[in-house]
Amino acid sequence: MARNRPLSPHLQVYRLPLSALMSISHRATGMLLAAGSLVLVYWLAAAASGPDAFAAAQALLGSLPGRALLLVFTFSLFYHLGNGIRHLFWDAGLGFELRTAHVSGVAVIVAAVVLTLAAWALGYAMR
Amino acid sequence: MSVPSDFRTPIARARGLGSAKDGTRHWWMQRLTAIALLPLTVWLVASLIAIGAADHAQTVRWIRSPAVSIALLLTIAALFHHAQLGLQVVIEDYVHGEGKKLTALIAVKLLAIALAATAAFSVLRIAFGG
Repeated sequence: MARNRPLSPHLQVYRLPLSALMSISHRATGMLLAAGSLVLVYWLAAAASGPDAFAAAQALLGSLPGRALLLVFTFSLFYHLGNGIRHLFWDAGLGFELRTAHVSGVAVIVAAVVLTLAAWALGYAMR
Repeated sequence: MSVPSDFRTPIARARGLGSAKDGTRHWWMQRLTAIALLPLTVWLVASLIAIGAADHAQTVRWIRSPAVSIALLLTIAALFHHAQLGLQVVIEDYVHGEGKKLTALIAVKLLAIALAATAAFSVLRIAFGG
């Protein structure tokens, strides 16, 4: 009898609401950032090793694949940071109304995109 | 009257045996490190943008200043603690089978400590080294 009861939510047919998609993205960006911490360790270790190792690290990170990776990490950081703040408000019991949760979700995505673009525009302008 | 086999009081036995044997500690440390990382990561990204394509001498001079060295060490500590706590939850949710799960949990924890030590040593070497 229990065998063919419908399961909910059935992930292949159920359209996840924004907050659910953002929740799993929070996890995904967190895992990406954990991987990104390796880059920080490598960069600091290279700086400590000396000019040659540092130049090699700068060249690697400045290459096209290197910059693409840093762009992904930048977006992941701003997304995880913004959505993390959203989670902290929820922890305090604030912002649970459906509409508020949706609006704060959209705000996090917009802020992450804007901050990522601003960071990279500034980065290129300072060269 | 028989001698009790356990002399501890019920509260002593129950203490610390909350939801994952350590109550809210994991949850709390995740939030605490998150709050610490709010200013620290914003500072780090802004600084990295500002020093941009600096050469080795300029970068070392930046890292060497006491405020920067301290901020980097705090960032490293909060970052790897936060990452370890987050990855632990991911592993507990998605890795099934006690053996595999335990192996992954141990690997992540030891790796986080090793990476934090490497990063902190690099900062200290620049701060105090020649």
